[in-house]
Amino acid sequence: MRGKNKIFYHNFLPYLLLLPTGIYMGVFIGYPILETIRLAFTHPYTGEISLYNFQRLSRDFHFWNALKYTFLLAGIVIPIQVTLALGVSLLLLRRFKGSNMVLYIFLIPLTISDVAAALIWYNILTGNGYLNRILINLGLLKSPLHFFGYQYRSMEILAIVITEVWRATAIVFVIIFAGLQMIGKEYLEAADVFGASTYQKFRYIILPMIKPSLQTALIIRTLFAMQIFGVVWILAGRDIPILAGETYYWQIELKNPNVAAAYSLIIACISIFLGFLYIKLLKPEYLER
Amino acid sequence: MVSVRLENLVKRFGKVTAVDHISLAIKNGEFVVLLGPSGCGKTTTLRLISGLELPDEGRIYFDDSDVTYLPPKERNISMVFQSYAVWPHMTVYDNIAFPMRIKKVPEDEIKRKVKWAAELLRIGELLDRYPHQLSGGQKQRVAVARAIVVEPAVLLMDEPLSNLDALLRMLMRSEIKKLQRRLKVTTIYVTHDQVEAMVMADRVAVMNKGRIMQIGTTEEIYNKPANLFVAGFIGSPRMNFFEASVSDTILDTGYFKMKLPEEMKQVLEGYETVIVGIRPEDIHPVERGIPPGVKPIELEGRVDFIEPLGSDTIIHLKIGEILLLVKVPGSYIVEMGRKLKVALDFNKLHIFDKKTEKAIL
Amino acid sequence: MKMYKGEALKMILTYALASIIVAWILVPLGLIFISAFAVPKEYYNIHKLIPLAFTTENVYTLLFVLKAWKSTLNSLIVAGLTIAISFALGLPTGYSLARFMFKGKDTFKLLIIGLRMFPVIVLAIPFTVIYLKIGLADTLIGVALAHTAMSLPFVVLITSSLFSGIPVDYEEAGMVFGLSRFEAFFRITLPLALPGLAAAAIFVFIMSWNEVFIASVLVLVNRTLPADILVSALNAPDPLKFAAGFIMVLPAMIFVFFARKYLIQVWGITIR
Repeated sequence: MRGKNKIFYHNFLPYLLLLPTGIYMGVFIGYPILETIRLAFTHPYTGEISLYNFQRLSRDFHFWNALKYTFLLAGIVIPIQVTLALGVSLLLLRRFKGSNMVLYIFLIPLTISDVAAALIWYNILTGNGYLNRILINLGLLKSPLHFFGYQYRSMEILAIVITEVWRATAIVFVIIFAGLQMIGKEYLEAADVFGASTYQKFRYIILPMIKPSLQTALIIRTLFAMQIFGVVWILAGRDIPILAGETYYWQIELKNPNVAAAYSLIIACISIFLGFLYIKLLKPEYLER
Repeated sequence: MVSVRLENLVKRFGKVTAVDHISLAIKNGEFVVLLGPSGCGKTTTLRLISGLELPDEGRIYFDDSDVTYLPPKERNISMVFQSYAVWPHMTVYDNIAFPMRIKKVPEDEIKRKVKWAAELLRIGELLDRYPHQLSGGQKQRVAVARAIVVEPAVLLMDEPLSNLDALLRMLMRSEIKKLQRRLKVTTIYVTHDQVEAMVMADRVAVMNKGRIMQIGTTEEIYNKPANLFVAGFIGSPRMNFFEASVSDTILDTGYFKMKLPEEMKQVLEGYETVIVGIRPEDIHPVERGIPPGVKPIELEGRVDFIEPLGSDTIIHLKIGEILLLVKVPGSYIVEMGRKLKVALDFNKLHIFDKKTEKAIL
Repeated sequence: MKMYKGEALKMILTYALASIIVAWILVPLGLIFISAFAVPKEYYNIHKLIPLAFTTENVYTLLFVLKAWKSTLNSLIVAGLTIAISFALGLPTGYSLARFMFKGKDTFKLLIIGLRMFPVIVLAIPFTVIYLKIGLADTLIGVALAHTAMSLPFVVLITSSLFSGIPVDYEEAGMVFGLSRFEAFFRITLPLALPGLAAAAIFVFIMSWNEVFIASVLVLVNRTLPADILVSALNAPDPLKFAAGFIMVLPAMIFVFFARKYLIQVWGITIR
């Protein structure tokens, strides 16, 4: 009897340990996802199953703008981040005095929230900000440059791009740098020995070998970009509509969880679609069996 | 193809001096092996020659040009790495072609040369494969093919066989040696395996603690070790050593005495204590009959332990406190515990200064 | 230091680029510190290049007049609860994934990795509806439970990697000498994993401390700091915004300074 008990215990212990996480995921993730779908397809006034929320969205120019700006911001920010992260990774691959310090400093923004980052750049770019102080005190400007306000929307986008690049390049960098460090030292030395220039080493050895990391970085960054909220909300409010911002607006200001759920669902679907797209497009063929 | 000259190279890593004033001249087309225990500085020396590391002091010349501070790509060298470093994202063909593509060799010539190298190393049917589809031995061949295909001035090899199994290692060492003879490329080869070194090298440089202890042909290193370290490092089983005091005409180890012939008396003049060395294969059991040409010194001891190795047997012979290893053919049978009389070959004795550890004779 | 020919220029360029990177990160941070403590009159005088008179008044007003200390406290409570819940759930899971072979393990792992990528803001809306039903609406524990959805996959992946890094032999040796599996875990494996777990906890803290969307959707009265700032920042005078930015940046940076080496390792694990 005891022996049997023991076998039972041994076979089920791993599952027992997974159980709390499993229950949590069911109750706090699985169920809410279903609830999101239910809400999104429920008429907010009649309570019937309907496509009303989506029809409501498609007639709202804010929705199309939100879609446009979310993709526009991602399209501007991500390439800059990837390029910058690659550049810094390559720089830090050269060991020099203080390179570790530079590494730690470059990682600081990982710990800074989007709201705080937005305030940090608002501090620099606003009318009384340091950019204007420098330009005016140097006599380069008579009156301050305006980054904020509805009539300066392209400047608002610039401010958002700067903030996002400052804040979230670090996550791309961490992923790429980790991938870079996993390349065996001798692979790079072999390239040196066989005459590759710095550029050739980068183009033909490093870049193909960090493709998996690049893929991960792109996926994670793109998914986050689809959820961009705090930075835009602080710096531009609803001047620059974005998907997460509209979700927030419908939920909090308009108290309509059904349309908000429809927005959520759209964000989720876009994320999943883009994730699969990257995985398909960027698969490193040499790892296939 | 060039000659290589190292002059007083020093390389330090923090407080550790990895390479300590090394000077070495390698002739055009020569195959030199750097041999030594791990941490002796042999790999660092190779990396200094390759340009992957820069020396703190000293100079490196290829023929008459100073390459000390040239980056690797300007030295016209090739290298086979210990881990092979065959790039995982390129096919075998692309791996071998890479050095030539860098040098902008026309594509049809690349094709011809890859084919040539692949046939030479018998990997012709693997050209379309990726490295993860290859065995260790095959990767090793790819690494060698990639290294020879550019016809380098100097070919560097860093323990290229250490990750292969024993059989493959034996096969490859003869193949690499034959290849080097054919290509006549100046080759510097690092290993910790003395058999590998002795089989392959034109000359062996035995290294220890960042210094070259001796450089010479296999025959020289084995028969005329310049110091205690080389004598002890080369040869298996290890050479027998015992301390002896010198007095006029007698060499006294405390357990046995030897009368010195006239010519040795002069050489040993002025020394008080020396180390005497004799290889296990230069000691013969008297009862088997002493081979011709041996000038015997007879000793008696007790058989303490026997190591039968098949073709050979190693007898541990206890003479007083000293343990003497004797190597005899496997066909010779002795029993443990019995007494055995052996003859040391006087002509094969090595004598070292106890203080400087240098060979006197 | 010895250099290759023509390398001096490269080295200068390297240091120049490194300096630009350092300045790019540190200057904005330094400026928010200055602005947070600048005397407002100095700040509003645009003809002063940099405010030189300082005061703690901005921070004081924000914390005690506008009662931001309450939302700061709320943020700390939520972060603490999130750490507690996600470790209570994630630690056994991580251990199970690290130590056992069982059917469905790979599927479960894939699920966790997939969840790591899942846009958690999607969950915020249904949470409001569900919380109303079960009485968690507008509570900090509700926010913590939602933040757990975000941190749990990281905790599972980090702990499982940490436990895998500790040889099972240590535990088995303990069991051979008379410990039960649980005792072996608590007396051998856990202490060995502690520094890594501490880093993971900091990681979770930062995630929760910084999260704004879920927090501002789920809680309208007992707001966390970022949510509070998000709602009130637009109306507050600039110096108070900067004081708020300063308060938000500070704890995370202090934590990171002390755990920087471990954090890089932890980040490395979470993205693999």
